[in-house]
Amino acid sequence: MEFKIITTLLGILMLAMSLIAIYHKKMIVAVIATGAVGLFASIMYLFLAAPDVAMTEAAIGSGLSTIIFFYVLNRIRQNDKEGRESDEIDEIPNK
Amino acid sequence: MEYITITTGFLIILAGLWAIMTRKNIIRIIIGFSLFDTGIHVVMVSMAYVKGGVAPILDKKELLTDTANKIVDPVPQALVLTAIVIGLGVTALMLAYAMRLHQEKKSLDIESFKDLKW
Amino acid sequence: MKKLLVLFILAALVGVLYPLYESFDGNTELSEVARFYAKSENVQKVNSQNLVTAVVVTYRGLDTLGEVTILFLTAAIIAFFLKKESEKRTLRKNSEIFKTASKLLIPIITMLGIYIFINGHLTPGGGFQGGAVIASAVILMFLAFPNMEFSHKFFESLESVSGLVYVGLAAFGAILGLGFLDNAILPLGKFGQLFSAGAIPVIYSFVGLKVGAELSNILNKFKSVQADN
Repeated sequence: MEFKIITTLLGILMLAMSLIAIYHKKMIVAVIATGAVGLFASIMYLFLAAPDVAMTEAAIGSGLSTIIFFYVLNRIRQNDKEGRESDEIDEIPNK
Repeated sequence: MEYITITTGFLIILAGLWAIMTRKNIIRIIIGFSLFDTGIHVVMVSMAYVKGGVAPILDKKELLTDTANKIVDPVPQALVLTAIVIGLGVTALMLAYAMRLHQEKKSLDIESFKDLKW
Repeated sequence: MKKLLVLFILAALVGVLYPLYESFDGNTELSEVARFYAKSENVQKVNSQNLVTAVVVTYRGLDTLGEVTILFLTAAIIAFFLKKESEKRTLRKNSEIFKTASKLLIPIITMLGIYIFINGHLTPGGGFQGGAVIASAVILMFLAFPNMEFSHKFFESLESVSGLVYVGLAAFGAILGLGFLDNAILPLGKFGQLFSAGAIPVIYSFVGLKVGAELSNILNKFKSVQADN
């Protein structure tokens, strides 16, 4: 019975984190939210009796993937220093 | 319990597809692909669950006899193991493309790459 | 207007796939294929405690070969795309606490990664997890010592040699007449010991080294096009 409550809570948290990842204005928060979705998925794999998959998802999905995103964001920010901020692309009003 | 995880997985797949089709920033499209991958893996692992089963590692003595009624299915877990690593490789490749595209045109908006349209 | 169209497409997808979701009721017994893998004499034939390892390395070994090929292609394409910066910069040094803690942690993390893929057939773990942990140790080295020279040739040759040995071991089983990627080419020992299950520890160690070296190469390519901070 406790498994059902915890799994429901984890599901709601995962959905909230994925909505933050799509709709938040800053890019850094979106990337960290993607890593958090991977972390909650790793806990869910433990409840589904799959320890191998949980270890792999925790190491790769919420560790290495976030680091590669941060490298790319750093490089883009350096290149774009004199132009517009790259966070404001989604809110172009009249295009 | 596996109904809850399958529903969560399908909702995350829908969220990822919505992000791919509606956002304009290239990095947000790549985040949508990553969410799509995670959702598919959750659905695949939760199809392998047997009610009342334990993990498929035979380290206790009583699991050696009559194994087939006590463990969960090991075949989808093996497939998802490979799929997670390949998902990381494809995400890294897409990010390398995005970095080179930004070097050429100095913009991350996907509307500004219309060179191939007639 | 565009959002309405996207909503309509997603609703059509959900409508097409809904009967599949509706007709799922949970499993109460294993499927046919898993029953075959869990039979007592087949477990004795492969002789490994971790059933997921037995499936990945021996029963579905061709999928692992395909995955190793895809990772190799990915590393090669990324190396082709991102060219190195031409001038040499010296980046800012880090604080003392970070450097001292990293000098303690990096050997321990590497040892943990090697332990995970050597004991792949006894505990949860295996080649892919061990390779990811080794790549994490390499990331820590990049962040703590940004001016250190990274020996490119060592990791590239490690990756190529591991790939060759993996395919060579797989073909060796076919030469001896047992089948591609069979694990009876080395003697199967007692159930549950370190040197048991034939060639599974050897094969998985080389897969783990190859995955770790490949991920380190990808990270090095991303790092070497960084600008100054």
